[in-house]
Amino acid sequence: MLELQKLTKTYRTGDKALQNVDLVIPKGQVLALIGPSGAGKSTLIRCINRLVEPSSGKVLLDGTELTALSSGGLRKMRRKMGMIFQEYALVERLTVMENVLSGRLGYVGFWRSFLRKYPQSDIDEAFRLLDRVGLLAMADKRADELSGGQRQRVGIARALIQDPRLLLVDEPTASLDPKTSRQIMRLICELCAERDLAAVINIHDVALAQMFVERIVGLKAGELAFDGKPSDMSDAVLTSIYGEEDWHATIRQVDEDEAETPEPAQ
Amino acid sequence: MSTVTLDDRLGTGWRKPHFITNPTLRWGLMLGAAVYLVLAIGSIEVNWSRVAEGMSRGWAFVTSFFNPDFVSRGGDIWDGILESVIITITSTVVGILISIPIGLGAARNIAPLPVYLVCRGIVALSRALNEIIVAILLVAIFGFGPLAGFLTLSFATIGFLSKLLAEDIEEMDRVQAEAIRATGSTWLQWVNYGVQPQVMPRLIGLSMYRLDINFRESAVLGLVGAGGIGATLNTAFDRYEFDTAAAILLIIIVTVMVLEYLSGIIRAKVQ
Repeated sequence: MLELQKLTKTYRTGDKALQNVDLVIPKGQVLALIGPSGAGKSTLIRCINRLVEPSSGKVLLDGTELTALSSGGLRKMRRKMGMIFQEYALVERLTVMENVLSGRLGYVGFWRSFLRKYPQSDIDEAFRLLDRVGLLAMADKRADELSGGQRQRVGIARALIQDPRLLLVDEPTASLDPKTSRQIMRLICELCAERDLAAVINIHDVALAQMFVERIVGLKAGELAFDGKPSDMSDAVLTSIYGEEDWHATIRQVDEDEAETPEPAQ
Repeated sequence: MSTVTLDDRLGTGWRKPHFITNPTLRWGLMLGAAVYLVLAIGSIEVNWSRVAEGMSRGWAFVTSFFNPDFVSRGGDIWDGILESVIITITSTVVGILISIPIGLGAARNIAPLPVYLVCRGIVALSRALNEIIVAILLVAIFGFGPLAGFLTLSFATIGFLSKLLAEDIEEMDRVQAEAIRATGSTWLQWVNYGVQPQVMPRLIGLSMYRLDINFRESAVLGLVGAGGIGATLNTAFDRYEFDTAAAILLIIIVTVMVLEYLSGIIRAKVQ
């Protein structure tokens, strides 16, 4: 369903954030993307919806080449990709309801959105989603009055009201406590199963990823370093992805999945 | 590099290092500045007989504050105030309306480079030209009266508000705006949802502040013929009617204080 072909991003500073990444994600698959800070995880998911413009390579969603779209076409396709952010990225001075409804911006005209006169079906769906994430009572609160976990739930509702085919999730639990982290991960994975959505989840917490997803991809210095089931995770694999900073470094050469990355990330 | 041990340091004093390390340069600069100051002050000519004469005139002006005359030119004062209020409000509203698009264009994080350069150019031009100079030019073009004052203050408001609005936009939280862009919003929707809520309190605060400034400026601009209460004030001075001038100044002071107080309340409310 989602296909990345030789996706490459080189920033103007010369940093090679992604190098020839090939990845195919079938419909309904939830995938966790792990790797050290600076490995290109955020860049990868932002290259999919082109918040970051890839330098070369292709991104295909259901056969549409996203990387070839004009800005109008891109906007139409962005509606099909819901995004969830690390620091929630709610617009803090807007209400919870406005934040959720902002997920419909790609579907309504300017004046409707400016006057906050959304179609009744959108409003109903917003209430349904708020109820699903347990925040129906909070609809008219300002977003900055909510706790971290609540904000992330609003972020999830905003992504889902887009009626997406794919979720792009950037470090959803990095600012949350361990219990809330699990609840949020569980919620995201449940919703993906309910709606048959594919998801790419950037995550630092490998154990949490193993607990919830069906496939893990490791990224290191902008290149794929691992692709397998959560049960395939081992010390050796982790060493190959994160190795350069711990004591495994000395045995890294004998690891698998390492052929293409002679230089450690940094 | 000699290594300093703790024993060397213990018991020795400590002073903040001098800003200019070289003592010759340091003392030379201080001495030079002092000499220049003395010479510069010495070069200002003071005509003491003229001062003595002016003192009594100044005193007459000060004493007239104790019995300001609101009545004998009451009609003129009222017309002047009304004109100033009209100039202030219209120029502030028009200035804000024009400032918003220019402010958006002058924010480097959301405007493409050519737009940015044009908008920054407009801001720089508006800020470089002092209100008085603009007013003199516009009075020459449009003649005496409030139109020149209105145009001058609108122009000045653009420079002030666009610059500060652009700076606020440049400091906004990028991720909130990014999240709105990721929903597939158009540019206008993105500004309305992602940018506007973040800068609105500052925009309202600055607008109130500018209203206050524009009223004060409208009093000054009358002196060069751009209408408003300043014109009435100027006439009063020309006729040596210091009691009327005092009344006008008192009205200006009170109005500015009230505006200041109101804008303070509004700014606190919208934060």
